[in-house]
Amino acid sequence: MKAVITVIGHDTVGILAKVSSACAEKGANILDVTQSVMRDMFTMIMLIDIDGLTSDFSELSSSLEKLGEQIGMKVHVMHEDIFNSMHRI
Amino acid sequence: MINTKDILETINMIDNENLDIRTITMGISLLSCAGDDIERSADKVYDKITRSAEKLVVTGEEIERTYGIPIINKRVSVTPIAMLSAASGGDPVKYARAMDRAAKELGVNFIGGYSALVHKGFSSGDRELISSIPEALSETEFVCSSVNVGSTKAGINMDAVAMMGDAVVSAARLTADRNSIGAAKLVVFMNAPEDNPFMAGAFHGPGEPDLVVNVGVSGPGVVRAAVAKCPGANLSTIADVIKKTAFKITRMGQLVGTVASEKLGVPFGIVDLSLAPTPAVGDSVAHILEEMGLETCGVPGTTAALALLNDAVKKGGVMASSHVGGLSGAFIPVSEDAGMIDAARSGVLTIEKLEAMTAVCSVGLDMIIVPGDISPATVSAIIADEAAIGMVNSKTTAVRVIPAIGKNVGDELEFGGLLGSGPVMRVNDAGSSEVFIRRGGRIPAPLQSLKN
Repeated sequence: MKAVITVIGHDTVGILAKVSSACAEKGANILDVTQSVMRDMFTMIMLIDIDGLTSDFSELSSSLEKLGEQIGMKVHVMHEDIFNSMHRI
Repeated sequence: MINTKDILETINMIDNENLDIRTITMGISLLSCAGDDIERSADKVYDKITRSAEKLVVTGEEIERTYGIPIINKRVSVTPIAMLSAASGGDPVKYARAMDRAAKELGVNFIGGYSALVHKGFSSGDRELISSIPEALSETEFVCSSVNVGSTKAGINMDAVAMMGDAVVSAARLTADRNSIGAAKLVVFMNAPEDNPFMAGAFHGPGEPDLVVNVGVSGPGVVRAAVAKCPGANLSTIADVIKKTAFKITRMGQLVGTVASEKLGVPFGIVDLSLAPTPAVGDSVAHILEEMGLETCGVPGTTAALALLNDAVKKGGVMASSHVGGLSGAFIPVSEDAGMIDAARSGVLTIEKLEAMTAVCSVGLDMIIVPGDISPATVSAIIADEAAIGMVNSKTTAVRVIPAIGKNVGDELEFGGLLGSGPVMRVNDAGSSEVFIRRGGRIPAPLQSLKN
């Protein structure tokens, strides 16, 4: 099973590093990352494998959301099925 | 990988356009609780509801966290209580108290089904239940009540219509110290659907399975934002844009319903393709109509714009879901919709215009605050008019008006929460409808009922 992490906010140093290490801590394997910076708005989308999680999914999402608050970014962690359902027939 | 644009679009819909699942409603059959001893029967009702829906709220919250989509309400609907009351006799309010205790225990915000289906006539238990509605609603916090007074097949039971005028006014009077909230939890239906997940009109119909999960989606804000991106587009384009948006919203409902059904081990019933507004800014059906080019909801053109919206929502949603049901369409509850509240306050939106709008949309005269001194016969006459629209057009219509006890046109009533607030609207009471209503009897089913 896969999930999508999105990080949106003002660009600062070390966002990717912090999110990646939070993922590693919980056993989430990063499969793909895309990011863009337009002016100083940073958007990162990360696809992760959640089969090997060492905690349950809600723990991962709450720890990443908390991290987002600390670094002043909006972080969402959502199961990929929501995007597949909404945007694919 | 999933398209970046799609991911950001979904997140924008949730964060900025109030996209949500409005309700997961578990339908529970109480037929197995019927018996001739009302005390025992009410105990069984409490036990079955709390046992069957034990995991409803936690499952809903788990789905919210996994998919990142807010699920605003978790609710329960049950078999019309008049059916249990028929078997047991006694004071039906005992069932309402059992339902209320169960709702509190489960943590759901409403429980529907203090209901009677009397479209063709009263059977044993029906009159007692209808007479007890005001007391049941004033004594309980979470219980919602509905009565089906007619159908296209059966016509309109005008004796029931007369009783319901009294019930609405009494429910408001008994809760006068709480903003007449009793009447806000009471719906009078024509062609009531048996699988509706929305309150206050949800009940678990006798043709339903023992347990079922139904989902109601929402998203007026998303539709308004989509329409706003098409300035100058013609109405064919607007209809297409609404269809595409409704498709996405409904797919989300289908996913949540399927997952909830698996996790709860309960069959998935239907997705209700509704645009249900909330009083929050940016979550208004009236604002969609205004985005289409009407200066204020209620001006000439409103009925046509609403017809387009309602149809496009259904066309977009129907392919997105394996089973569609419930009310399915745009809701126009005045006190729950920021745009409707403003339009009613300014006097542009009148009850007469709302009545015309109900001929082309999902429900009926919903959450309309009327003067507290309205006569029961006038409420009955409003119900009869609305029922006639539903009967002739083979659609569900309903009336949920709230007589604001002690208030008059120009005053406001504030319920708070999802029920919202609104101005007391003027009712055309230049003449009395009393004699017509007191005739009783049945309005025969129209020719269009003879389809066999």
